[in-house]
Amino acid sequence: MTYHQYIFLIPLLPLVAFVVLGLFGRKYFKTSSGAIGTTALLASTVLSLYAAYNYFFVDGKVNGVYQKITAFKYTWLEFAPNVSIDMGAIIDPISVMMLVVVTFVSLMVHIFSLGYMKGEERFATYYAFLGLFTFSMLGLVLSTNIFQIYIFWELVGASSYLLIGYYFDKPSAVAASKKAFIVTRFADLGFLIGILILGFYGGTLDFGTLIERLTSTQSTQFIAITTGSFLGISMLTWGLTLIFIGGAGKSAMFPLHIWLPDAMEGPTPVSALIHAATMVVAGVYLVARLFPIFSMDPAALQIVTWVGVSSALIAAIIACTQTDIKRVLAYSTMSQIGYMMFALGVSGNGGEEGVGFMGSMFHLFTHAFFKSLLFLGAGAVIHLVHSNEMKDMGGLRKLMPITHLAFLVACLAIAGIPPFSGFFSKEEILLAAFESNKIVYGIALFTAALTAFYMFRLYFSIFWNKPAHVHNEHHGEGTVSMKLPLVILTACAVGSGFIPFANYVTSDGVPFLSEMHLTFSIAPVGLAVAAILVAMSMYKKQNERPTKVAAAFGGFYKAATRKFYIDELYLFITKKVIFNLIGRPAAWIDRNIVDGFMNLLALITGAISEFIKGIQSGRVQSYALYFFGGAIGLAAVFIYLWK
Amino acid sequence: MNLSLLIILPLVTAIILLFCKGLKQVRTVSLIGSVAQLVLSFTLLSNYWQERSSGNTAKMLFESNYTWFKPLNINYHIGVDGISIAMILLTAFVVVAGVLVSWTTEKLSKEFFFLLIFLSVGAYGFFISLDLFTLFFFLEVAVIPKFLLIGIWGSGKKEYSAMKLALMLMAGSALVFVGLAGLYFNTGTFDIMALSQMQIAVDVQKFFFPFAFIGFGIFTALFPFHTWVPDGHSSAPTAASMFLAGISMKLGGYGCLRVATFLMPDAAHAYSGIIILLATIAIIYGAFATMMQKDLKYINAYSSVSHCGFVLLGIGMLTKTSINGAVLQMVSHGLMTALFFAAIGMIYSRTHTREVAKLGGLLKVTPFISTVFVIAGFASLGLPGLSGFVAEMTIFMSSWQNPDKMYRLATILACASIVVTAVYILRAAGKTVMGPISDSYVKLTDATWNEKLAAGLLIAGILVIGIAPFLINQLINPGTETIMQQLGKVIIP
Repeated sequence: MTYHQYIFLIPLLPLVAFVVLGLFGRKYFKTSSGAIGTTALLASTVLSLYAAYNYFFVDGKVNGVYQKITAFKYTWLEFAPNVSIDMGAIIDPISVMMLVVVTFVSLMVHIFSLGYMKGEERFATYYAFLGLFTFSMLGLVLSTNIFQIYIFWELVGASSYLLIGYYFDKPSAVAASKKAFIVTRFADLGFLIGILILGFYGGTLDFGTLIERLTSTQSTQFIAITTGSFLGISMLTWGLTLIFIGGAGKSAMFPLHIWLPDAMEGPTPVSALIHAATMVVAGVYLVARLFPIFSMDPAALQIVTWVGVSSALIAAIIACTQTDIKRVLAYSTMSQIGYMMFALGVSGNGGEEGVGFMGSMFHLFTHAFFKSLLFLGAGAVIHLVHSNEMKDMGGLRKLMPITHLAFLVACLAIAGIPPFSGFFSKEEILLAAFESNKIVYGIALFTAALTAFYMFRLYFSIFWNKPAHVHNEHHGEGTVSMKLPLVILTACAVGSGFIPFANYVTSDGVPFLSEMHLTFSIAPVGLAVAAILVAMSMYKKQNERPTKVAAAFGGFYKAATRKFYIDELYLFITKKVIFNLIGRPAAWIDRNIVDGFMNLLALITGAISEFIKGIQSGRVQSYALYFFGGAIGLAAVFIYLWK
Repeated sequence: MNLSLLIILPLVTAIILLFCKGLKQVRTVSLIGSVAQLVLSFTLLSNYWQERSSGNTAKMLFESNYTWFKPLNINYHIGVDGISIAMILLTAFVVVAGVLVSWTTEKLSKEFFFLLIFLSVGAYGFFISLDLFTLFFFLEVAVIPKFLLIGIWGSGKKEYSAMKLALMLMAGSALVFVGLAGLYFNTGTFDIMALSQMQIAVDVQKFFFPFAFIGFGIFTALFPFHTWVPDGHSSAPTAASMFLAGISMKLGGYGCLRVATFLMPDAAHAYSGIIILLATIAIIYGAFATMMQKDLKYINAYSSVSHCGFVLLGIGMLTKTSINGAVLQMVSHGLMTALFFAAIGMIYSRTHTREVAKLGGLLKVTPFISTVFVIAGFASLGLPGLSGFVAEMTIFMSSWQNPDKMYRLATILACASIVVTAVYILRAAGKTVMGPISDSYVKLTDATWNEKLAAGLLIAGILVIGIAPFLINQLINPGTETIMQQLGKVIIP
């Protein structure tokens, strides 16, 4: 039996956990639900690792090329012959890599939550939702059909909604969950219309066939989609851009990022899973999945590049000013995903041209580990001090030695300091940017320095600086189940960079040799070290420098603290424009004009019937009058008109 | 299988009800009767599968035909295809759920349950009729009880609402009747299958099509004749709301399809642009109007206007996929609004308010009801895995296939409406079941067994369609095929 035959179990097991815990958890598994969920995930993880081992090292490569294999595929809903939504599983380098990332991080979060969420009233519900999310995310990863990915895309959004709103009696959590769902839904409108466009011209929804048809310049479909245009822009660009809008919404790219910082209202382990390692990279995954088609259209790639690079920069600037540690991490996630996005944008397709693609996937892989580590570390800190604010923290390195070490490693990794994992993946991205576009490279380099600065601002503020007043010191770092994932993820954050990624995950499945250029590394690493030193001078010990620096930036600092007023802009558009100028008039018109018209009709009918009623008065004299009047009228008709 | 059983069974149940005493007897009989309906409709489904799999490709199955009134050539002609079976199943689900949620109706319980069951006679009769006169007869049977249900057991300004609903639906019926009479006087027959074989003159079709389509359209909230929907629903008792949205509005959609479109295909092509226009307005305008509502029932009623717009959009697009989508949307909307109204009824019976602003945090005390509410909401906003998604996507996919700019715009607006839907659903859910709980609700009790059963039944239906849409697609496919053959006869100049 090969791994193809059991690959369906990988998403199915978390689904089973969801159904069992969702239906019976509250009643029968009040305390054991964590163990049930974790066991299911453990099995999924083992299966994924086994599949990855087999695919990458045993039979995935045929004649030196990693194959795209469809493990299974069933027609789910047929619209027309050959146009159908299929449910299936695709096995190729990026899907197998994502399987490992999703199951592994999800497992870590499941284990961590055993301690973190202990004693919660809705413990079973929490694990049920985690199962639902993991199932949806795995389904998304394995999709063989562009509509299948949309289906799981929406499910992922719904489970994210449920998990952000987990503390449902907190109005801020409710608002945040709503915001996340609606903003991504709005972006998905683009995705949906993009699907309709590609489906219409491609004549299929199947990824394989679609890519095949839209990448050969000779095919009738490709000619149709590139010659067809709307507002002077080709339909291919329209389709890809609209799909990218969907991806940008999920991946919190500027200007659709506004939901991500608020999403931190959810339990911290959830943030580690959904809003750091898995769901938010779905947009990157989507572009990677359709990359062969994107590479046929330079205009769409330009959009991907600039959206990615501007998100990376803006998020990094805002991250320097935030004081809520989870929000700093949220903006840093947005910034790092910006890296992955523009890496795809500057990449070519095939061979060494595809170094951007490889770098993007590599960064996605390493980022998943060190970012979930950062979030879980932050979770442990929040668990201890019961606050998200930096000012309530400080000097925690003695109280929580393991968390401290883990956090430090993760910060070094994200800052791109060798030999930690982030260094290697970021290096590939910078290399790709350098070879393609010097401006992008410059911004990316600057952002890398900012990243190092704000991460170490965070690190020093939490673990050094003035000691915080911690009431329950005995609490320490929590249970073993909370420490274990930190240790494992720390090992991954160090080790995952040494994987020769170009040997396994490339844009066309053909491995290539990726060389490290020592001279190229000098600039990013040098800048990062300098930024760390600056952060150290400002935040290691309490001093006046941060306020002075902030004052020096003046209005710009204030604007960055207020997240460049983007939230206010959205609020203005939704509350003032859409509600007041569309919603309210629609409701008013309906009650007063449309319904008023109907009531008027009824009134007129009523009046007419009153009139007719009046005719039937019962008075013989009036009847006689009507009778004679009628007779005379008829006579007149007969005499004058009947010729 | 004898289709008349579908009429006889509820009729017998209704008659037995007249001899029952007390709420306990009445509701037991009603439940047995409605469960029997459900069993019967599933028997029908399995018989249908057997016939189809043994190679029976007749357009209508289980036909029987008796003369009713010879001089006018009126026949009691019945038969079903996949579309009617889908509607019959929907009716059976909603009836059982409706009986279950009305379990504690103390006021005039005998009369209440009698009317509920009697209403289903009309619905089944309508869905199996293959004779226009019989069809019209059953349509009327289904209207009258609603007037009484709202007028007697309703709440708020119930007399006004009952009158408004009855008058507008009667006006709809009158228009329908003109349309049917027009067909009859030009062909001499009321028989649907016979009419479909005839070549009805194009100008006759063009003249009478609007009567039939608008007439049936009023039932399914065709813009601008939808204004009975919010008032009617908000005043109706829970079960009546469920019947109204789940069954009655579907009579209209089915009529538009089976009578107007199927029998007058030339006119359907001629008017398709106008239908699409009105449907698109209903979809997007209904959605925006919903956003501003403050009462849970108004929210669901206005959202029904928007969702039924999808049915009309699917019909107006006149392609096989789009008509499939319209039928799917009818079934899906029937189940999910019934569920939504059931949940609202459960909340209302405990908190005595339907105002969103006054509610909050119910998830804490009534987790079951709140979960049902959220599931209904998710179905309404088209979450995959639930029925709404399947129907909406089928309609979007089909309408996009027409490269005409107007069709494209209609599709984009319809797609945009699902964002607005998410806004109003999540607002309602966020304020009703989530958020802090007010002290007066701390002692509420969760759903009782009958409410759980009702919700479970409807959710099961929603899930089956949402998870395995190919099943219902197979069921309705031959039916839409027949309609497409008819539409294919048209020579478009």
